[in-house]
This record gives sequence, structure tokens and C-alpha cells, in this order.
Amino acid sequence: MKFLCVECDAQMESFDKGAPGDGTLALMFRCPECHRQIAMLTNPQETQMVSSLCVHIGGRTTAEQPFEAVRTQLETGGESALKDVAAKEGDPAWTEDAEERLQRTPGFVRGMVRRLYCDWARDRGIDEVTLEVMDSAKADLGLEGGGM
Amino acid sequence: MKKVRTYYDLPAGTRSDIAGQLAAQVERLRRRLESVRHTFAVLSGKGGVGKSLVTANLAAALADRGFAVGVVDADLNGPSMAKLLGAGREPLEVVEDAVRPALGAAGVKVMSMDLLLEGEEAPVNWTGPLQESFIWRGTLEANALREFLSDTEWGELDYLILDLPPGTDRVIPVHGLLADLGGVVLVTLPSELSRFIVSKSLTMSRELGIPVIGYVENMSGYVCPNCERVGPLFESDGSSFELEKGVPQLAEIPFDPIFGRETESGRPGVLACPESRSARALQALADRVLTHFEGKSP
Ligand SMILES: Nc1ncnc2c1ncn2[C@@H]1O[C@H](COP(=O)(O)OP(=O)(O)O)[C@@H](O)[C@H]1O
Ligand SMILES: [Mg+2]
Ligand SMILES: [Zn+2]
Repeated sequence: MKFLCVECDAQMESFDKGAPGDGTLALMFRCPECHRQIAMLTNPQETQMVSSLCVHIGGRTTAEQPFEAVRTQLETGGESALKDVAAKEGDPAWTEDAEERLQRTPGFVRGMVRRLYCDWARDRGIDEVTLEVMDSAKADLGLEGGGM
Repeated sequence: MKKVRTYYDLPAGTRSDIAGQLAAQVERLRRRLESVRHTFAVLSGKGGVGKSLVTANLAAALADRGFAVGVVDADLNGPSMAKLLGAGREPLEVVEDAVRPALGAAGVKVMSMDLLLEGEEAPVNWTGPLQESFIWRGTLEANALREFLSDTEWGELDYLILDLPPGTDRVIPVHGLLADLGGVVLVTLPSELSRFIVSKSLTMSRELGIPVIGYVENMSGYVCPNCERVGPLFESDGSSFELEKGVPQLAEIPFDPIFGRETESGRPGVLACPESRSARALQALADRVLTHFEGKSP
């Protein structure tokens, strides 16, 4: 799905993604010429329809994680069913409040979410994951849900 | 209306490249299964005919003979493989690009929804409103099955066996994922109804071009736990039926409560009570499967 500014015949660029955690999604687009902004809002059905395909709108920004679809979509996954490798060499450190926020993510996906944040930060040369880093990564990766 | 450009007029690099992402998933699956020599599926059409009991015992029999065996529990909503193979519920380790499978009887590697759910009573609920989930459930299940196959650290395997859920159409998504599925083993009961339904699975497999290894007649007779004599279980018993000309019968497995109980407690009967008639029938099935794939009598 793409948006074209009819006035300028320019393709609008996505500049923000929001997932309020109520199952809906807000995608923000802006015309690079006249700077007009629009928001595309999807209802839970549309959001789910897209996410059930397990593809990333706007293209992937990180490597695919093992069991990614199951981990992000299974609501009844066990807290300790999976054990992730906690840290890899070159992983950024986590501030206390960032770690605390991460701990609010269900155990079934937590390890994977940690990996996504770590990889995202490392790719950008960031050596510490803070709440602000989490917010930027979350918007960029289009992660859903309150805890994430 | 003002003439505007269409989607295809936009530069390709700015698109989401959905096709590319899907192709990458297919490639990931292909690479993982490169180290698997043979894959086959156990299916029936009807539920409760003993597919899972047959899968677990066949897997254990093959592993016990020294083959490296993995089992994918494709029955996502009624998983049983971890239980039947006695695979523990320790957390599964997530490594670089894969999840380590659980280890069951005779070292069979198992991946099952059982191992991922929060408890024995937990159903498979996907995110999104439950009432409407029937719309996308199929897609999510197909994704889950793809990940079980492609993201499990199978390593080198001689046999990867899929235990399918009931339903004559359930082989379709499997064929979609595994174009070179090595074959199917059909399981049926000696009853008209079961035979009627399994023949639909047979036709479906043929239409997809999947080799039919043969069929297993399960619960063909009842083994008396006291005297071990076999008596009829179904009225049509006595003369064993033929599913269809050209489809070989691979084994006749009698109903044996002790064998069933052992298997259900995580000790596949082929290992726990190897002298029983049911165990010998399942060993005969393993022979036939090996002959099919290895091209010679074992
Ligand atoms: N030959 C047999 N002897 C004893 N019990 C059996 C036999 N075949 C199946 N059962 C039992 O019947 C029930 C249904 O079998 P199952 O393998 O779960 O069927 P399916 O997978 O086809 O739904 C299980 O409790 C199983 O232990
Ligand atoms: Mg079953
Ligand atoms: Zn414009």
C-alpha cells in the first residue's frame, strides 16, 4: 500500500508508526514536497490480517528471528517455554529503567524482543539501550503492545 | 478523475517487497531441510483412528534402529507428540537462528505446540479478537507450521515425520511447504466409515502428486489383556479389506490397551512392550517404510 500526493505527484513517505496496544495501528505519511501529513488508521481486523501474513509493511529492518510468527502471535505461549541466549558479544548495555520496561513484556517473547532492540541499537552504533532508544526502535520496527 | 500513477509506476525500492520477504521464508525452509534425507506425513482424514499413536511408535522404532529421527507435530490444536514420546517440558533453547527441539524416546527430536503453550489446559489462542480469529487462523497456522519446519534445529536427520491433524484437506498446506514431501502413510480403522473418509485423503494426496507409501489398518482386532488372544473389534472384522487396488497395506495393528496405555504415558509401546502383537505390527510397518525409502529390505 502506498500513498501518492495527487497535488504534487510525489510518493508520500512514512515517517512514523504507532501501535497504541489496542490492536489498531497508525501509520503516518508525509509528502516530501508540500509536507502535507496524513495518518492511516487500521482497525484490529485489518491490523491482524496484515500481521498474520508475517511480513513487514515498509520492508524488514532487522533479520528474521526464529519462531518469530509464533512468538509474536501466540497469546497462550508459556512464560518459560523458551530460553534465549541472554547476551551476545557487542550487545549494548541496558539502563535500569529500560530493563524494567522490557521485563513487562510476556516471557514468551521477551528474549526475542531484547534481541530486536539489541540488534537495532548495535546497527546504529548505540552502546546503551535507554527508554528513548526503546521508543525510537519501537516506532521504527513497528512493535506492538504496551510492554514492548 | 485526474490521472495518477499506479503502484507499478513507483520505484521498486520504495515498496515493501512482500514477495521478496515471502521468498526469503521459502529459502530459509529449503536450507534447513537440506540436511534431512526423507520427510513423510502420517494422515487419516478422521480423528481418533490412531495417527498419533502410529507416528510416535514408528518414530521410536526407526530411532531405535539407529536412524536419526525428528517429528513435527502438525496437529497444532491437538498436540500430542511431546507427551507420547515422553519429551520433557524443559524450556527450549533459542540459539542463533533456530530453536532446539525437545528430545523424546530413543532420542527422537520433537517440535510441538505442546512444548510452547503455558500449560496442559492452555488452548492455542492467537492475538486479535477471538470471535473473529477464524478468518486468519488458517494463515497463522500455516506460518506456525512453516516455522516448526524451518526454524527448528533439526541437524542431520534420516527421517522427519509429520503427524497431521484430522481432516482430509490437511495435507494441502504441508504440500505447499514441502513440495518434495517423500510420501504419506494413511491410517484407517477396519470400518466402512473410516475407509470412506481415508479414501478422500488418498485421492487428495494423489492429486497433489505425493507418493502414497501405503495404509495401516489400526485397531484391527482387540487383544485381550488376560489371554492375549485377538478377537474382533469391529463388526466388519475377519476379512481384512483392501483400501484400493495398488495401495499396499503396510501393517495391521491390533487394539491393545496395555500398549496404548504405555504409549500415552510417554513410553512408546514398541520400546516398552516389544513382544506385544501391536509392537511387532509396528516394527513390520517400520520395515515397510524403510523398504520404501531405502529401496531394499532391512
Ligand atoms: N492400536 C491401539 N491400541 C491401543 N490404543 C490405541 C491404539 N490405537 C489408538 N489407540 C488409542 O486411541 C486414542 C486415539 O488415538 P490417537 O493416536 O490420538 O488418534 P489420532 O491421532 O488419529 O486422533 C488414543 O488414546 C490412543 O492411545
Ligand atoms: Mg493425533
Ligand atoms: Zn504534496
